[in-house]
Amino acid sequence: MTTTVAAAGLGTAARAGVEVRLENLQRRYAGVTALDGLSLTMAPGELVALLGPSGCGKTTALRLVAGLEQADSGRVVVGGEDVTGQPTNKRDVGMVFQAYSLFPHLTAWQNVAFGLQMRKVDARQRRQRAGEMLELVGLSGFADRFAHQLSGGQQQRVALARALAIQPKVLLLDEPLSALDAKVRARLRDEIRRVQLEVGITTLFVTHDQEEALAIADRVGVMHSGRIEQLGPPTTIYSRPATPFVAEFVGLTNRLPGVVRGGEVDVRGTRLPLVQPDAADGPAIALVRPEAVTVASGGETAAGPLVGTVIATAFLGATSRVSIDLGDLTVLAQLPTSEATALPAGTRVRIAIRPDPVLISRDEAAPERA
Amino acid sequence: MIAAGNPDVKTARRPREGGRRFPLHWIGALPFLIYVALFLLLPTAIVVVGAFAGKAGPSLSNITDLNQGFLLNAFFSSLLISTASAVVGAVAGALLAYAVATGNPRGVLRRVVSSACGVLAQFGGVTLAFAFIATIGSVGFIRLWLQERGIDIFANGVWLTELPGLVLVYTYFQIPLMVLVFLPALDGIRPQWREATESLGGGTWHYWRYVAGPLLAPAFLGATLLLFANAFSAYATAAALISQGNPIVPIAISNFLTSETGRNNPGLAQALALGMVVIVAIVMALYALLQRRTSRWLR
Repeated sequence: MTTTVAAAGLGTAARAGVEVRLENLQRRYAGVTALDGLSLTMAPGELVALLGPSGCGKTTALRLVAGLEQADSGRVVVGGEDVTGQPTNKRDVGMVFQAYSLFPHLTAWQNVAFGLQMRKVDARQRRQRAGEMLELVGLSGFADRFAHQLSGGQQQRVALARALAIQPKVLLLDEPLSALDAKVRARLRDEIRRVQLEVGITTLFVTHDQEEALAIADRVGVMHSGRIEQLGPPTTIYSRPATPFVAEFVGLTNRLPGVVRGGEVDVRGTRLPLVQPDAADGPAIALVRPEAVTVASGGETAAGPLVGTVIATAFLGATSRVSIDLGDLTVLAQLPTSEATALPAGTRVRIAIRPDPVLISRDEAAPERA
Repeated sequence: MIAAGNPDVKTARRPREGGRRFPLHWIGALPFLIYVALFLLLPTAIVVVGAFAGKAGPSLSNITDLNQGFLLNAFFSSLLISTASAVVGAVAGALLAYAVATGNPRGVLRRVVSSACGVLAQFGGVTLAFAFIATIGSVGFIRLWLQERGIDIFANGVWLTELPGLVLVYTYFQIPLMVLVFLPALDGIRPQWREATESLGGGTWHYWRYVAGPLLAPAFLGATLLLFANAFSAYATAAALISQGNPIVPIAISNFLTSETGRNNPGLAQALALGMVVIVAIVMALYALLQRRTSRWLR
C-alpha cells in the first residue's frame, strides 16, 4: 500500500491529536459491574489498544468515550474538556464499528461525506473532502460503489474514511477487524496504523485479539473484570506481564506446578527466580513462556523429571511450537523451525527451562480466552 | 491495494454428469406448482379468453361494456376502499411493528403480537362481518351501549354497510398483515446505523430523514401495495356485509355470475375480472421491484 494523499488534502482532514482522559469510570448493568473504576490517560496522537476477553468491559469503556452510554460515575475528558454529559453528536468522535455500519443505500463517497453533510459543509467541499479521505484509505476508485458491492475489508476502510472525514478529536475503533478473514485483517490492521500515524489522531482501539493489539498499539491495556490489569508498551506486556492473568491472556504460557521457596520456584528440579520474590512459600503454578523452554535430543533421555516425548509440532513459519509429553503434563517449546524439524513425533527429548524471572499463580482456574 | 476482483479469472461451470438431468429438488415443488397452474393460471387464462369472447366468436364487446357508469363506479369504489384501508392499515401496522421491533426480541409483546397477527391477517369473511355487526351493527351491543349514553354512531345512516364500514372492517386484517410484512424490514435496521449517525454529528431527525427513512421507504411502500392488492381482491367480507347493489368490483363479478334476475352476464364478469387481474398484476410488479431493493439493503 502506498500513501498517495497530497499533503494539502490531508492537511484539510487532519487535526493535531488531543489528550484523552478516562477518570475512574464506573458502569454497572443490572447488578453486573462492567467497569470498575477504569482510569486511562492517552497522550495526543497515541494509539491505545484495550485488550481483554469478552465481558471484560473494553467495549463499554469505548462506548462511554463515544457517549453511546453514560457512566454511573467518573469523567471522560477530551482535549481538556469534560464531555461526560455531552450527547454523542456533540462529542466530536469518529467511530468505526465491528461491521455492517456503512449506510447501505449510500455510495462509498456519500457515506464518507455523511458527517460533513451533518455539519452543513457545502456540497463541493463535501465531495472534495470525501475524495481525499477515500484516497487516504486507498479506495478512490470505489467512490460510487454501494456497501454490498465492496468486500468486508473495503467496507471497513470506507468506515475509517467516514470516521476521519469529520476531523474528530478522537478516533474509536470497536473491533473493526473481527469480521474479516485473517489475511485481510492483517493487511487492514497495518493500514489503520499507517492512516492513524499519518493523521496523528488519538485513537482507542478495542479488541480481543492479542496479536492485533500487540501489533498496532503504542500501548496496550489488558482488561480484566472492568479494570485495566496492566498498561504498557506491547513488548512490556508480553515479556514482563505484571499479573498471572496478563501472562496467561497474552501469548501462550506453560503452567508448570512447582514449589515456592525463598524467593524462587522449584519446577521439577529447576529453580527459577520469581518476578515477585516476596511471594509466600508453598505450592504454586509457574507461568513459563514457550520461548523459555529449550530442547535437547541427545545425551541422557531415558528418564528424569524433564525428559519426555515429542507428540506434535506446529509449524509457525520461522519458528515452530513443539508439544512435549512429560508424562503428567504437556509442555510447549517454541523453537527455530530448523531445530524443530529434527524432532519428529516420538523423539525422546530432555527439556530445560531458561532461568528468567517468572510469575506464579495460586489459582488453578485459567482465564477465559475470547 | 485490494482489488475488487480479477477479471481474468473466469468461474468454471461444474461439468454435468451424464448430460442434461432433471433437477430433483423441483420434485418437491411440483404438487404446489400443479395446484397453482390448475387454480390460478388456468382460471386466469379462462378469464382472459372469456373477456374477449362474444356470442359469435372473438369480440371486444365485453371490454367496451365496462364503460358503464355503475361499473366504473364499482372500480372507483374498489380503488378507494383498497387505497384507504391500505394506507390506514400500513400506518397503524407500521407503528405497531415498530413498537414490537424496538422491544425485547424475546419478550411477551413480540410473541403475542406476532402470533395474533399470523391469525388475524387471515381473519375475514362472514366471521369478521358478524364480529362487527354484533358489536357496532345496528343492534350491536357497543352501538346500543353508546346510544344509551346519548351517542348515536349511526345518526347519519348505517355506514357500517357502506364504503366507510368496509374500510373499517378491512383495516382489521390489514393491520396484522402489515405487521407481518413490515416487521422483517424493521428487524433489518441495524443499531450501528443510528450510532454511526450520532457519532457523525446527526440527531434523531437526521437519522430518520437520511438513514432509516430512506432505508424503510421501499419496504413500507411495497407493504402498502401488498395491502392494496389484499383489499382489492377481498370478496367474502364485503359480500357478508353488503347485500345489495354492485358497490365494489368483486361483488359486481359475483352478481353477473349468479344473478337470477336476468342480469346474468358471464362475459362481462370475465371482463371485470380481467380489469382486476391487470390492476393487481401492476401492483404486484411494483411490490416485487420494491422488495428487491429492500432485500438488498436490509439483509
